[in-house]
Amino acid sequence: MGRKILLENSDIPNIKSFDVFRAHGGYFSVEKALKTMAPDEIIEEVKKSGLRGRGGAGFPTGLKWTFLDRKSNKPRYLVCNGDESEPGTFKDRYLMEKLPHLLIEGMICSSFALGVNTAYIYIRGEFKYLLGILNQAINEAYKNGFLGKNILGTNFSLDMYVHPGAGAYICGEETALLESLEGKRGNPRIKPPFPAVVGLYDCPTVVNNVETLANVGYIVNFGGDAYASIGLGKSTGTKLISACGNINNPGVYEIELGMSVEDFIYKEEFCGGIKDKLELKAVVPGGSSVPIVPKELILFTASGEKRLMTYESLAEGGFESGTMLGSGGFIVYDENACIVRNTWNFSRFYHHESCGQCSPCREGTGWMEKILWRIEHGHGNMKDIDLLVSIADKIEGNTICPLGDAAAWPVASAIRHFREDFIFHVQYPEIVKNIKHGALYKYENQD
Amino acid sequence: MSGQKINHILHQKLNIPICFSETTLQKVHKIIAHYPEGKQKSALIPLLHIAQEELGGYLSVDVMDYIADLLKIQPIEVYEVATFYSQYYLDKVGKYVIEVCRTGPCAICGGEDIQDYLEEKLHIKDGETTADGLFTLKTVECLGACGYAPVMQINTEFYEHLTPAKIDIILEDLRLNATNDKHSDKTWAEKYS
Ligand SMILES: Cc1cc2nc3c(=O)[nH]c(=O)nc-3n(C[C@H](O)[C@H](O)[C@H](O)COP(=O)(O)O)c2cc1C
Ligand code: FES
Repeated sequence: MGRKILLENSDIPNIKSFDVFRAHGGYFSVEKALKTMAPDEIIEEVKKSGLRGRGGAGFPTGLKWTFLDRKSNKPRYLVCNGDESEPGTFKDRYLMEKLPHLLIEGMICSSFALGVNTAYIYIRGEFKYLLGILNQAINEAYKNGFLGKNILGTNFSLDMYVHPGAGAYICGEETALLESLEGKRGNPRIKPPFPAVVGLYDCPTVVNNVETLANVGYIVNFGGDAYASIGLGKSTGTKLISACGNINNPGVYEIELGMSVEDFIYKEEFCGGIKDKLELKAVVPGGSSVPIVPKELILFTASGEKRLMTYESLAEGGFESGTMLGSGGFIVYDENACIVRNTWNFSRFYHHESCGQCSPCREGTGWMEKILWRIEHGHGNMKDIDLLVSIADKIEGNTICPLGDAAAWPVASAIRHFREDFIFHVQYPEIVKNIKHGALYKYENQD
Repeated sequence: MSGQKINHILHQKLNIPICFSETTLQKVHKIIAHYPEGKQKSALIPLLHIAQEELGGYLSVDVMDYIADLLKIQPIEVYEVATFYSQYYLDKVGKYVIEVCRTGPCAICGGEDIQDYLEEKLHIKDGETTADGLFTLKTVECLGACGYAPVMQINTEFYEHLTPAKIDIILEDLRLNATNDKHSDKTWAEKYS
């Protein structure tokens, strides 16, 4: 336990620069891939590795790659998803900032495997500072012959560009991202056809998350089996977890999949326990879109087993008692956190970020926000609680893209596990109105 | 989509001549070349960032029409995009746009107090600009920096682990620097060198 794949070298001074990165074994996988492997062999290794998409859905990467339409004569594209806007998630920016060359290395190997000659890195517009870092790294890669025409003297050529967004959570959804990359509003497309067949500029396209692609160099170097030997069961490899909320050590951690949630929350080298010695109340372990679960159900499954940091263990119990690993945005709530207020806050987020194409999402998120506002501000009534459940139910599954589901799950799960908090808000409006929600006093002396 | 009170009504066209500087134009053509022949519309989002920064601080109809011209696309295609993304302003904003994160993870770590403190200190509400034209206050959704909460951006630069005391210092610094017009961070165009 505790092996690292991505952040092993992240603390080496100036690892951001090509020379230092190269001196520590960087870009070796590109030499190996281009000179000794056939594209299909790489796809085979990625399949064997069991690597699953790190953007949130956890779809097997190798399998996704086999869907890429290789028969059409159109150009193929690789697009790296660095939109990272899911509340609680801040791991990709960390990776791109610390180790830009690790991403580029992984993207070169992936492009070679997929027969791609043009690749884009899409970053959210708020990450303007990363544009300079990535462009500089890309320039260095060009200068050193790892990008451009005839890389390392082979007949493989690849161009790579960074493309910024301009503020829109929905552009993290892969088809909205492609629209945005084409210079349009970020309205998700109806699937099928999937991007693997009709993607960027109507050409076959693979969209993968930053962290997913950064793993490919390791898989090429050491093989799919070596990767699969890390982690637990079908949750192979490591995962970057961005931990935040009411904990002592917020930050980005690379964990080997399979450690217990309890260790992750309480061990000093990870979250370091709950801030101010308070009790744990609830956790949202995979970004704001995944179900919130109370302390009992995040530490143990409903059947009493230790909950582990794996796709399977976190999902155990389904919507009744489980949640999801999602993007790895791990949000921790202490005993003083108001679940109703947080649910209202998230609903406002989804309402704000809905692209507006589908009525259930556009209208439903608005109604959920309004109703939650009134409960939180002491104007709710008992019927509102079930009304919320019914709205969430009507949004879920009825929209073009999963933003609708992402908006429905936090509300449905909060009511499922914390119904008494909602009832309290309705029953005691005067108390609720007078609760002070600020937390700043806690941070006055912190630096 | 974009933040609340930002004005989404396009202003009347004034027909003032508008053009990027020679150096910026070179960058612009380099950016357009990142995309395949005939797909120059892809450069729209980066170009609007540059235009907003270099051509007046917000996207007037004249500026947007100029970009449409440059990319050989219809003006409506530019308006569609400019009204969708939250980082574009269709109206004058202050020299410093303070964007405070209000989403869950920041909120439970004091983000709401930061917003209150800024409103109190600057005597403006969400979406408003100070009388001297220096500061615009705007709440935004998760900035992808939740572990460093509470967080805000000022003209796309991150400020993290905020406290009232820190905010006092930041605002004071900005006031002092406002006159010498130095950006501590590089411009959008410079990020493309
Ligand atoms: C509303 C919404 C937002 C999303 N945001 C992101 C994001 O910021 N980053 C990301 O990698 N994937 C995001 N995704 C998932 C992508 O659609 C896509 O599944 C992913 O980029 C595929 O890459 P992967 O297989 O490597 O995970 C989002 C999905 C939805 C529905
Ligand atoms: S919630 Fe504020 S940066 Fe994510």
